[in-house]
Formats: sequence, structure tokens, C-alpha cells
Amino acid sequence: MTLSHCIVLALILCAIGVYGLLSRRNLIGLLLSVEVMLNGANLNFAAFAHFRATDPVAGAIFPVFVMAVSACEMAVALAIVIALYRGRRQLDVRSLEELRG
Amino acid sequence: MNGPLLLTTIWLLPFITGLAILPLNRDAHQKIKQISLLGNGLNLLLIIFLLLRFIDSAPTMPPGSHASHFLFAYRTAWFSILNIEYNIGVDAISVLMMLLTGIVIVCGILASWPLEKQSKEFFILLNVLVGGVYGVFVSLDLFTFFLFYEVAVLPMYLLIGLWGTGKKEYAAMKLTLMLVAGSAFIFAGILALYFESGLQSFDLSRLALIRFPLAFQLWAFPLIFTGFAVLGAMFPFHTWSPDGHASAPTAVSMLHAGVLMKLGGYGCLRVAIYLLPEGAQFWLPFFLVLVTINVLYGAFCAIRQTDLKYITAYSSVSHCGLVLFGFAAMTFAGLKGAVLQMVSHGLMTALFFCLIGMIYSRTHTREVDDMGGLMKVMPFLSVAFVIAGLAGLGLPGLSGFVAEVNIFVGAYANPATLNRICTVLAVLSIVVTAVYMLRAVNSLVGGPLAGRFALLTDASLLERAPVTILLACLFGMGILPGWIIKLVDNAVHPIFNNMMR
Amino acid sequence: MVEQILNHSYLALFFPLAGFIIIGLGLGRESRKLASAVAIAMATLALCSSLALAWAYKLTVLEQPGLYPDQTLVATRTSWLNFAPGMSADMGVLLDPISVMMLLVVTSIAFLVTIYSIGYMRHDPGFVRFFALLDLFVFAMLGLVLATNILQMFVFWELVGVSSYTLIGFWYEKPAAVAAAKKAFIVTRFADAFFLLGIIVISQQAGGFDFSLLNSPAIATLLNHQVAILGLDVNLLSLTSLLIFAGGWGKSAMFPLHVWLPDAMEGPTPVSSIIHSATMVVAGVYLTARMFPLFAAAPGTLTVIMTVGALTALFAAVIAITQKDIKRILAFSTLSQLGYMMFSLGVAKTTPGGDILVFGYSASMFHVFTHAFFKCMLFLGAGAVIHAVHAGDLEQMGGLRRRLPWTYCAMLTACLAIAGIFPFSGFWSKDAILLAALASGHLLVFAVALVTGGLTAFYMFRLFFLTFHGAPRHGHTDPEDPWMTCAIVILTVPTVFAGGLEHLFTATVIPALPAPLVHSQAAWLPWLASGVGLTAIAGAWALYGQGDLRLATRLCQRLGLAHRIIFNKFYLDEAYLFVTRRLIFAGLAQPAAWFDRQVVDGAMDLCATILQAGGQTIRCLQNGQLQVYLGAAIFGVFFLLTFVYLI
Repeated sequence: MTLSHCIVLALILCAIGVYGLLSRRNLIGLLLSVEVMLNGANLNFAAFAHFRATDPVAGAIFPVFVMAVSACEMAVALAIVIALYRGRRQLDVRSLEELRG
Repeated sequence: MNGPLLLTTIWLLPFITGLAILPLNRDAHQKIKQISLLGNGLNLLLIIFLLLRFIDSAPTMPPGSHASHFLFAYRTAWFSILNIEYNIGVDAISVLMMLLTGIVIVCGILASWPLEKQSKEFFILLNVLVGGVYGVFVSLDLFTFFLFYEVAVLPMYLLIGLWGTGKKEYAAMKLTLMLVAGSAFIFAGILALYFESGLQSFDLSRLALIRFPLAFQLWAFPLIFTGFAVLGAMFPFHTWSPDGHASAPTAVSMLHAGVLMKLGGYGCLRVAIYLLPEGAQFWLPFFLVLVTINVLYGAFCAIRQTDLKYITAYSSVSHCGLVLFGFAAMTFAGLKGAVLQMVSHGLMTALFFCLIGMIYSRTHTREVDDMGGLMKVMPFLSVAFVIAGLAGLGLPGLSGFVAEVNIFVGAYANPATLNRICTVLAVLSIVVTAVYMLRAVNSLVGGPLAGRFALLTDASLLERAPVTILLACLFGMGILPGWIIKLVDNAVHPIFNNMMR
Repeated sequence: MVEQILNHSYLALFFPLAGFIIIGLGLGRESRKLASAVAIAMATLALCSSLALAWAYKLTVLEQPGLYPDQTLVATRTSWLNFAPGMSADMGVLLDPISVMMLLVVTSIAFLVTIYSIGYMRHDPGFVRFFALLDLFVFAMLGLVLATNILQMFVFWELVGVSSYTLIGFWYEKPAAVAAAKKAFIVTRFADAFFLLGIIVISQQAGGFDFSLLNSPAIATLLNHQVAILGLDVNLLSLTSLLIFAGGWGKSAMFPLHVWLPDAMEGPTPVSSIIHSATMVVAGVYLTARMFPLFAAAPGTLTVIMTVGALTALFAAVIAITQKDIKRILAFSTLSQLGYMMFSLGVAKTTPGGDILVFGYSASMFHVFTHAFFKCMLFLGAGAVIHAVHAGDLEQMGGLRRRLPWTYCAMLTACLAIAGIFPFSGFWSKDAILLAALASGHLLVFAVALVTGGLTAFYMFRLFFLTFHGAPRHGHTDPEDPWMTCAIVILTVPTVFAGGLEHLFTATVIPALPAPLVHSQAAWLPWLASGVGLTAIAGAWALYGQGDLRLATRLCQRLGLAHRIIFNKFYLDEAYLFVTRRLIFAGLAQPAAWFDRQVVDGAMDLCATILQAGGQTIRCLQNGQLQVYLGAAIFGVFFLLTFVYLI
């Protein structure tokens, strides 16, 4: 397993996330896709820290940090999603376009 | 009270008046109006005091002088990183313009006494506007000049959009957008002056000493001149004027046509012509053609209008065209006539809009064809309207003649063939002016009185006050033009010499 | 004493102005007595001060010819309007023979008309307003007459125009009166625009406005050169003098700008009397006389003046024969007489032999003088008749001889005067004009003058017979009013005797020209002129003397088309209406207004529309779809990356 493998995996994860973001209609699906992308990024951090950094601890802190932040983010996002679902009884993003110009 | 402090007080007082209105109850209409009147009346007295002091202390300029001399000048750094200064001072032109503003706003407040709709906001905005106008006239720093200019122009949007009549939103939007487009030109021009001078300074007096390269003047002059001329209703940028004036409430029409349009002429003279004389020499013949179109075309358009306010608005286009015509003539008498025309037209058109407002509040129509015989029920207003019409068509003894004859004599004094042709056309426009003025006057005053107007009343004492003030000014300037001409002479000499250098 | 009078010469103007201000501003609507008292007091004071001024002028100037070689005295002068360094216009009082003559004419007629109006306007609701405006007119007219420079003259020229406007439209509820007022003002304003242009051109060349400057030979020489204007080669002096004359053309209602004067009869009769016959309309003649040295130096100008004058004289006289309204007939008669004065000025100066002849000039001024009185009286008499029968149509009059005996006698003298019958005043001035025309060698003009004289006698006596003779054709008649009769009777004095002053005119009323006076007496001329006049009167008697209209009506029917054309004033009013309504209003103003709204404003709106459409287009991108935004962002990143990579 080399750095290249890790980067390719991270890229694949990220691409899956992007694809999910662009194609999913359900809000929860979108949130999941965002998580996948984030994990791709995390993997990058960890891989570079492992293979390149002099002090791997510094690099390893970032994924932990990101995971913590994304957990909070998820908590908030899910709250919003639930609130939305209560109001509208559906979570199709194409019908959520109140911010249209 | 020393001079600079006096100047500062004059432009600050309207803002203070506006602030004083702020804490009042929304329904305290009388109090709001009284405070506005008090503040602006006091200001008018201060301006008269300023004028007297100015006449006392104005030195007679040596005929050859090139630089305008400003009295009561004061400067202090305001935003020193960009060399922006608080720099004030006045010459005779600005003092006269301030006097005009003072008279018109006092009359405007008196004329809008019956206004009850959101009077608090109305009078605050009106005061802000007037403060901006005074600010423009005292500023010698181009940045603050522009700042005040914008302060004066923008409240107009709300004043017309909220308190207007007819297609008010459309008119307000059109007016504001066109004027702001002009402002963009002006600001670009001012910044160009700032950098091109090499001084990184907005100081008018210092910029005037610079001889800008010809190539620069050739593109900067039309930029600035057009920017200001939009406000001066130059063809083809005049179309905001008919709609704007027709939709605006009385006091706003008075102030806008009477004073604000003069800011355009004032800016053309003070910034464009004074700072960029070679550009002026090159471009003014071109503008002469445009403003000749203004003069004739405005008059012809006015013939066909049926709404009193539209007639007056088009006559303003024609008369303000004469202001720019005087500038474009590039002679001493022309410049002087243009300054006189600014004052004269300001008084006259304020009177017109004031009267139209009062007549409209009674007849509830502004269509000339619907009216007639009003002389019988409202002799005071009718006679005043006749006199205003006569002033509009340049009758000697009223202020319009003094200005117009100066402009015509001045325009003809320039031996260029183009000037001569344009002068002939402009002189012939007085016939067309007579046609539409008399048409309006006759159909309003003469003819049999319609039955539904039989119970209308003449002007109340309160309404007579602004009309009388404006009439007195029209007559005063028309019968004894000597002192005002002497003042203007003094101020125009350096600008003229500079233009001809 | 004399010194004092001359120093306070402005008082003659001051009194009418004071009258205007006091009556116009000070008095309420109800104080009729007070208003008439003030009006009479001011008219008397103005008359007295002008008499004093004339006396002082006589003592100072006329009796000291050595001191004042050109007989001109500037009594007061104050700077008024300053144009450029070295060029300013004054306000002042200029006294010379013609201005003093006009001063006396204006103040005396104003005095009499004021008296008359108290009777005539007695029951009018606008009584007070009338006297205020009348005083304004007198003030303006005096300012015009006494002007020291051409700009001052223009200022008061416009003021008389506006007082004429307000007085024609005095009965503002009558649409005809309002329309007539507008027409009068606009037609004269049209002429005045050229006048102003002339003033601007000449002041530019001369560097000033004073008459003494403008009339100096140096200015004529300076201007006398050819200039190319739009490819035409024009003499600048002729052009300038014609431009200035254009003012007089409109104000004195010369053909074809005469159309406003007949309509102006919609005003009250005293107004027609003072403004539209005796004083204001001769302002054009006065202007021509005032600028005479300049006009005389210009090639062609006097010929134009002569032609226009003669044409107007004949043209108006022909129309007057057919008219039915008493005041209109008098209006056309005024036009005709103004034509006399004009061509008399035009024939001055030149003869085929090249002699300089100013006899026409003094004859013209003499006719201004005599005409003012007899025409004023004719109008006042006509006013008395209208006052009595409450109608102006000749067909509703007749047989008034017994009801209005004073008016009858007075009108008879005036008609005899205007017909040029010995020894009434008109005889002398018309004779002088005929003599001038004859001496100038313009035989055609002389013939026109002679024929017009005959026509004048004919239509005046037609009017006279139809009004006073025959059987009454009306119902109730009001008796004569003492105020009115008083004024009319006083006017008979100058009407009869003014002819005796001819030597004053030939002796003193001469412009500042180095000119020998040629006065070739033609002894047969008075006989010829009287013969023509008497024949015409006899003709009028034959047709109308019995108050029987059948003969005349048959004659009209025989003439058919010609009569109809003349009766409709050669359809000139219709032609004017066509030009203004169809060509200027519909052809120029309407398209201009349309162009402004649709094209110019349309262009501005188009800018706004384009911006708005652009906004609409871009707005579609902003559809609120998160996924579209994201896709766009990712596409953008790829695009940029490719871009960077390729470079």
C-alpha cells in the first residue's frame, strides 16, 4: 500500500460523494454523500500524515477534528431535515427552492 | 459669527432640523411643519446675512484674474490618507444659489402645509435633501462636493415614489436611475482629475491651477459635463424631467425644478468648465447644438401637452436648455446670463409648481382643457399664474428677460457661424414659448367658468405667503437687476478668463 | 424751475405707475369711487407733468438751438442692465421733438379716455381692474416714447404688448376676447423676436444701445457691407434695419401681420380707442421715425417700408368698405391710416434725382398727431353708440341722430377730419403726406394714397350714415352719459384745430439729418384731394344716406364673389389658422411631442428594458437547486483546471 493507493481511494470516495450530491433527490441521501466526501478528505490527511509527515501526530489530529465537526454538523443538519420533513412531509430537494432568485 | 462657521451652520441646519423632527410623534403634523419652517426660515435669514456680509467684504476682482476667489474659506483634513478635506468657501454664484435654495425651500414648506400623509418622514427627507444642496454649494473639495450631490439627489427617489401622484414608482425609478448614471460619469471624471493632476487632491482651487494635458481634457470634459448636464436636463437626457416633475408632490417639484436642476448647471460651470477650459473650448460647440435642440424642442413639445405639470416640465427643459446654452456660447455675457437664468428659472418654476399644486388641490385636475374661467373664483391665484406665465415667456420687468437677453446678446457676441445660427434659432424660440405659455394661461384663466368650479375658493393667507414671496423676487430681479449682475460679474470674470486662456 | 422740471422728468412716468400700483394692489374690489378718483388724479398729474416737461423742453432746447444742434436732450439717465464691460443699457428720459409730441398725445388722450371710461365702464364688475391696467398701459407707453436707447424701448415695447394683451382679454369670460388677446400677443411677439434679433445684431456691432450711437453715420458706414448668410449675399445694414423694422411691422399691424388688430376690438371700447388706434399701434411708426437716420442709410429699407405702408393702406381701406361691425370698420380704418404714416416715412429721403427729402418724415409725424385725436374720438363715439344700443352691428343702428345729438356732432367732425375735408385737422396732415408722396416721385404710391383717401371718405361716411341717419333699426336706446360726452366734446377741439400746428412739425420735427428741406408746392393738390374726398362722401350719401340698404345690398349681390372675398378679409385669417393649426401644431409640435415620448424616452426605456431582460436571463441560473449550483461549481473547477493545464 503506497501513498498513491490511498490518494486514489480518497479520490474515488470523493467522486462517489460528488456523484451522490448531484444525483440524489433525498436530503438524507445528500447528507450521506457529504459524509462520504468528508471521509475521502480525511483519508487524504491520514495518508499524507502517515507517508510524508515528520510528525504523523499532527496529521492524524485533523481527521479526528473533522469527524467531531461533521458530527456536530450532522446533528444540526438532521434537526433541520426533521423540521423540514414535519413541515412538508417530503424531502425531495428539487421541490425545496425557496431561495430561488 | 465668523464666515466659515456661518457656512457650516447653513449646511448643517437642515440636517439638525431633520434630527429635531425625528423624536416627534408621527401625528404631530403641525409641530413637524412648524419646526421645518423655523429651521429653514432661520437658515434663509442666515443666508441673507451671509449675502450682506459677502457684498460688504467681496473684493472687486481685477479683470484679468484667472482664479476664482472664494470668501469665508476654511479647510481642514478630513480623511487625510486620501487627501480628502473639509474645504468650504463661497463666491457670488454659490451665494446666489444658496439664496435661491433658501427662498424655494421656505416657500416649498409653506406650500406643502396641507400635507398630512406621513408628514414626519416627508419633512425629514426634504430637510436632508436641502442640506445636501447647501453642502454642494459650499464645498470646494470635489469629494465632499460629490458626496453632498448624492445626498441631494437620492432622497428624491423616496419623495416621489412615496408621496407622488400618477405613475410615481415608474417616474421615481427613471429619475433616480438617470441621475445616478450621470453621477457615475461625474465620479469617474472626478477620480480622473484626482489622479491625472498628480496632486492626489480633490481641492478645487489647487486643481484649477493645473494645466491638464489636452488629450486628457478631451475625454474628461464631456464625461463630467454630460454627467452634470443630465441633471440640467440636456437633450437627449431630459426625459426624466417631464415624468418626474409631473409625479412629484408640490414641494418636491418646486425644489427639484427650482434648485436641484441648478446643481447640474452649477456643476457644469464649477467643475467641467472651470477645471477643463481647453476641453470646454473643444467640446462646447458640439454641446451648443444639443442645447439649441433643447431650447426649441422643449418648447415645441410643450405646445402639445395638456397636463399643466407636463407643460411646465417641458418649459423647464427649454429654459434649462438656455442655461447650458449660455455656457456653450463661451462669451462673458453668455456665462453671466446662464447664471442669471439659473436664479430666474429657479424662482419662476418654483412659483409655477407652487401655483399648480394649489390649483390642483382645488380643481382636482391638471388638464388645461378641463379648466377655464378660474379668474372669477380665484383671482389671486389666477393673476399670479398669469404673471408666472409672463415671466416664463421673458417679459421685461420680470427676471426671465434679464437672463435671456444676456444669454442672447452673449451668444451672438461669439463670431462663430454656428453660434450665430444657434442664437437666431434660440431667439425665435421666444415665440414658441409665448404660444404654449399663453395657451396654458388662457385656458386656465379665461373662458366661461365650469359649473363644478363655481364654489371654489381663492388662496388662503397661508397659501398667499409663498406666492407673494416668489412674485416679489421675480419682480425684484426683473426691475432692479443691477446689484445681482454686479455680483455675478465679479464671479464670472475669472471663470471666463480661465476658459479663454 | 426749468432745471427742476428736467431733473424730475421721470415723474411723467411715475404717476401712471403709481396709479397702477395703488389701484391694482391697494384698493379692494368695491372701492369704485376711490379707484376712479385715483385714476383721474394720476392722469391729471401725468398730463400736467408732461405739459411742464414740454414747456421746459421748449425753453431749454428749442429756444437755444446753438446748444442743442440735434434738438435732443437726455433729461434723466440711470444705468440698468450691464452686459459686458463697456456695453450696458440705461433707463432714461429722452426729449426730442417727436418724443415730446408723443408724450403730449399719450398723456392727453389717456386723460380723456380715463374720464370717458368712468362712464363707459360704470356697470362693469371689473371696473377697478380696468383702471389699474389702463394706468399700466400709459406707464409703458410713456416709457416707450421717452426711451433713450433701443433696449429700453424694447422693454416698454413688450410691456405695452402685455397691457394690450390683458386689456383685449379684459372680459376674460368671453372666449372670443381671450382668443383675440392671445392672437394679438403672439403675432406681435413673432415680430418682436425679429426686433430683438435686430437689437442684438446692431448692439453687437455698435457696442451699445443708445439711439444717438445707433443713428450716427459711423454705425451706418460700419454696417454697410455685404455678408454671406447661408449662401446669400446680404447687406448687413439692410438686414439689421429690416429686423428692427420687423418690430414695428407687427406692432403697427402692417400687412400681413395686421390680423391681430381687427380681432383686438373684442376689448372694451376705451381700450380700442387709446391702445389700438391712438397710441400703441403707432409705436411701430414711432420706432421707424426714431431709427430713421439708420433706416435711411440702408439701401432698400425705406422702399420696403414704403411698399408695405402703401399696400396696407389700400388693402385695409378696401376691406373696411364691406365690414358690418362699427369697431371693425374703425380698426381697418386705423390700419389704413397707419399705412399712410408708414409709407410717408418710406417716401422720405429718396427722390429719383437723389435729393434728400425729409418732408415725408414730418408729414408722417404730423399725421400721427392728428390721427391720434380724431381716431380716438371716432372710437369713443363708436363706444357711445354701442353703449346706447348695446350692439356693435351697423345693421342694428340707424336714426341715432336725435337720441345722441352730442355724439352725432362730434362724430361728424371726426369723420370730416379723417376724410380730409378742409379745414379739419386730417386735411392738413393728409395733404402733407400726399405732397410728400408726390414730391418723392413715386407716382404709384401717390395714386394709392389718393385712392385710399377716397375710399376712406366713403367707408367713414357709410358708417356715419348707417349709424345716425335713416330710420332706427333697434329697440331701446340709453341716453348719453355725461362723462363720456364730456370727453368726446373736448376731443373735437384738436380734431378741428390741430391742423393749425403744421408749421411746428415742418419746422422742428426733423431727424438729425444734414438735409435741405424740399417743399415744392403743388397748388392743385389740395383741390384734387378734397375733390376725391367730397365725391366719395357724395357716393356714400347716395348709397346709404337715407338709411335704406336695398341699393347697397343689390350692389353687393352684383359684385358677388369679389364682395365675399373682401368681406372675409381675403381669407387671411383662415390662412393663418391653416399655418398654425395644420403646419405648426399638427406638423411640428405634435411630432415633436410624439418623438419625445416614443423615441427619446423610448430609447431610455429601452436601456432599462435591456437591463431588465438581462437580469431575467441571469435569474434563471439562480434557481435555488443546490445540485445545479454544485454541478456548476464542479464544472467550473474542471474548466479552470483544464484551462490552467493547457496554458
